[in-house]
Amino acid sequence: MIRVVLPYHLRTLARVGEEVQLDVPGVVTQRSVLDVLERAYPMLRGTIREHDTQQRRPFLRFFACEEDLSHESPDAPLPAAVAAGTEPLLVVGAIAGG
Amino acid sequence: MSRVRVLVGTRKGAFVLTADGTRESWDVSGPHFAGWEIYHVKGSPVAPQRLFASQSSGWFGQLIQRSDDGGRTWAPVDNKFVYDGVPGTHQWYDGKPHPWEFKRVWHLEPSLTNPDVVYAGVEDAAMFRTTDGGASWQEMPGLRGHGSGAHWSPGAGGMCLHTILIDPSRPDRMFIAISAAGAFRTTDGGTSWQPINRGLRSQHIPDPTAEVGHCVHRIAMHRSRPNVLFMQKHWDVMRSDDGGDSWREVSGNLPTDFGFVIDVHAHEPETIYVVPIKSDSEHFPIDGKLQVYRSRSGGETWEALTKGLPQRDCYVNVLRDAMAVDSLESCGIYFGTTGGQVYVSPDAGDRWLPIVSNLPPVLSVEVQTLS
Repeated sequence: MIRVVLPYHLRTLARVGEEVQLDVPGVVTQRSVLDVLERAYPMLRGTIREHDTQQRRPFLRFFACEEDLSHESPDAPLPAAVAAGTEPLLVVGAIAGG
Repeated sequence: MSRVRVLVGTRKGAFVLTADGTRESWDVSGPHFAGWEIYHVKGSPVAPQRLFASQSSGWFGQLIQRSDDGGRTWAPVDNKFVYDGVPGTHQWYDGKPHPWEFKRVWHLEPSLTNPDVVYAGVEDAAMFRTTDGGASWQEMPGLRGHGSGAHWSPGAGGMCLHTILIDPSRPDRMFIAISAAGAFRTTDGGTSWQPINRGLRSQHIPDPTAEVGHCVHRIAMHRSRPNVLFMQKHWDVMRSDDGGDSWREVSGNLPTDFGFVIDVHAHEPETIYVVPIKSDSEHFPIDGKLQVYRSRSGGETWEALTKGLPQRDCYVNVLRDAMAVDSLESCGIYFGTTGGQVYVSPDAGDRWLPIVSNLPPVLSVEVQTLS
């Protein structure tokens, strides 16, 4: 199972705990994980990726295995540890504002 | 006995304030959607338990929440606001073309007759509609496409469609206002629109009497007289007696005619309310005294209403969607401030009482009168 850690406001919106576990078929990429996440939790559509472009929203970042994957291609395979479920994909809200 | 339910949107969540008809003892529920900006919450006139809330965040974008039990529980509905066709450009602050970009929903206006129909005024300015209770939203493209859209430009708060008024006698006739494009009217349910800004004079634009480009802050009407409109423009309080075909200034003896809110008494169509703000450079009341002004003559003369309001050291603002009136026999007036206070006057403005004093900055106030 793929593990995804959501920021606080998206956890309350989706009414889930800190970590969500997803069954992602095929190659595990940002796109395939988020597609499954949004199918399981439709209220998250538009909150991580823009509706029309499917691009990451500007103040969110994707981290895993102590790497910033935010600027990787959405179709690039995620690290093996994420695909194996030993490490989570972190969706992180940028630290900004007051 | 009748009750009132006040729906408050703030920078950090929504609050629901309820009281019986005396409006003296209040129950406060919230924050709902804690930590999110709630630009507007409004209930359906025909199904008062059905509420819609605009929830947004710079991080996570736009959500729309719906309640079918008067605000006790909520569920997200569709949040996909995509412009119809190729969005095109409007004018940016520097005068150059700038792509139309959806940012947030400022105002939700439920239909007067159908609880599944809601209109949404958004930034960058456009009007959307749901006909299925929020399950999907479609742009009404005739507004942006009517011809002048490429020349609209944002006000300081963004290019927002913030006011939607539906004519109770002819629901296909609606009035909307955009900062800083001006006021527009449709008579065919939103298919086509025309600007209605004749008589407005705005010194801060190249042609002070231009067809579009005016920074209209709010318009209001009394449901019994939909041809009479009142407007708080950036500067100037204005009035139209012909459904927006022409406007004349009714600032009268106001100490300043800058402000954001304007509203009409529920039972007296010539009694209107504004909150004068010192200037567009200093968004707070004159001399630190929070004063509502009331005109019982449709704007010819104005009187200050101060009883119960702070008369020293008060430097809050009252934003454009943050005033409402109930329809109890003794009309109640409500407004919220950027300092987090929500005030009620149960006697049409003669005296004011704070309902709450320490909320986050208030963005909007609506009230439902419930039997």
